[in-house]
Amino acid sequence: MLEAHGLTKRYGDKVAVDDLSFTVQPGVVTGFLGPNGAGKSTTMRLILGLDRPDSGEALVNGRRFASARNPMQEVGALLDAKDVHGGRTAQAHLVALCQSNGISTSRVGEVLEMTGLREVAKKRIRGFSLGMSQRLGIAAAMLGDPRVLMFDEPVNGLDPEGIIWIRQFMQTLAARGRTVFVSSHLMSEMSITAEHLIVIGRGKLLADMSTADFIAENSTARTRVRSPQGEQLAEALAADGARVTTVDSYLEVDGRTTDQVGDIAAAKGLTVHELFTQRSSLEEAFMEMTRDSVEYHAGSADGAAGSDEQALVSARTER
Amino acid sequence: MSTATINPPVQSSVPSSGTTVANVARSEWTKLWSVRSTRWTLLATVLVSWAFTTLFAWGESANWSQVDPQEKATFDPTATSLGGLYFGQLAIAVLGALIITAEYSTGGIRTTLTAVPQRLKVLLAKGLTFAVVALVVGLITSFGAFFIGQAFFATVGVEAHLGDPGVTRALIGGGLYILGCGMLGFAVGTLLRHSAGSITTAIGLLFVLPILSNLLPGEWGKTIQRYFFSNAGGQITTIRQDPNQLTPWNGYLVFTIEWALILLAGAILLRRRDA
Repeated sequence: MLEAHGLTKRYGDKVAVDDLSFTVQPGVVTGFLGPNGAGKSTTMRLILGLDRPDSGEALVNGRRFASARNPMQEVGALLDAKDVHGGRTAQAHLVALCQSNGISTSRVGEVLEMTGLREVAKKRIRGFSLGMSQRLGIAAAMLGDPRVLMFDEPVNGLDPEGIIWIRQFMQTLAARGRTVFVSSHLMSEMSITAEHLIVIGRGKLLADMSTADFIAENSTARTRVRSPQGEQLAEALAADGARVTTVDSYLEVDGRTTDQVGDIAAAKGLTVHELFTQRSSLEEAFMEMTRDSVEYHAGSADGAAGSDEQALVSARTER
Repeated sequence: MSTATINPPVQSSVPSSGTTVANVARSEWTKLWSVRSTRWTLLATVLVSWAFTTLFAWGESANWSQVDPQEKATFDPTATSLGGLYFGQLAIAVLGALIITAEYSTGGIRTTLTAVPQRLKVLLAKGLTFAVVALVVGLITSFGAFFIGQAFFATVGVEAHLGDPGVTRALIGGGLYILGCGMLGFAVGTLLRHSAGSITTAIGLLFVLPILSNLLPGEWGKTIQRYFFSNAGGQITTIRQDPNQLTPWNGYLVFTIEWALILLAGAILLRRRDA
């Protein structure tokens, strides 16, 4: 179990983590969601004691991590897959980690097998692809068979096969009673992987709820209708008290179900060509929630380099 | 009842004897020998020392007939044969700095401190492991340099012997001096965390500034010169005492206190700084 109590971290004037409190329970995968720069990595470093909080504290299995006597049995963490000396072989890296906690080095072979790295065990890490490095990071995290696993953006740089592998891996660990805390800036990824969500923006807690609740609360449904007699239909709907806006060739109706809209159209004898419920995507819900807390807004087209996701989301919204 | 939602606290199935200093030192030993730079810098420490010793001893013995009588009278064959260590010291200082700064430049420090969050224990284990290696390499360098030097001096009949008074102390002292240079690099690396900056600083303190300190005028200049890092530490390798310098053991003590203070400052910052 992980606990944050009023965690606050400033870098100069900038508040990276702002009075953050939450609990991560064992047995489920908990997604740690937030836009880039929201403070996810900083929070993870604070939990591990790599960075010192300005106030508040983080507890791992009820204690401060710095006091753990068998740290690798408590937490396995993959923060940045490249946080290793590239001149070492995978084998030597893992052996050294085992020795530091007095874990039998026979465990090295087991985690290499588990992560599919046995064949590159004797290779220097420098030559590893990002995907292999991620696997090595996971292998290192698993050496002590820890009660808590923390992964920071583990799917970054992985191919689809690797993404599915890591997703199933995390879910298996959770099913075995482990605490699994995984960060991402992609809502779509989290909606598949995580059962519980902790959402932050600009270092502040925005949501702490089950993924199902998050989706139910944050995705809005609107009724859309297309009719050759759009003007009359809009008038009829407005007369009924619905809020109507025009989107492309559709009327978008707030506060009326498709049944109700169909009935109103029928009552007035108006032709309807299309009638359906438009649900906002999860990504939009997430965008909506974090809109005010995005650290770096995508600018106009010429300044929008590096904001593919936002571009994608707006493309989806327009569709 | 909510029993269905409460998971029994799971325990790790992998036995661990914990982050004892011995375990962490074993880990640091593996880390030390599993990167190539260790072997190269250690080899350089030995070979560079021996090469310069060869040069000095060869030159001295070849020109012995032209050396003036006063210099002949104060000639210290042991200290001269250990002169090469002033060049080999740079390689061991580089290694001392690298074993800590490479953790920061690669990001490996975060992996290290996640496995062992007790930072001072990591520093202690790293320091001890390196100290053992540096001392052994220092002794090999020192004794080897002595025998190389004496082989040349024997050709003109002015060689020293292992049994001569003070020789054993000077040779063990040479090993200790190399150890001290390595630890100075380690201390500076812990303080600065940056490879290039640490290496430059360590070389400056051991090699460049001591030479410049000879130029300082007056009594205060002599005092600074006398107490300055390698000037003080190097006295342990001499047999004929220069009255202007500290005695062998006092000099070595001063040198040790100097690097220990830098290491202490580094240790305090290591505890306080974000990794």
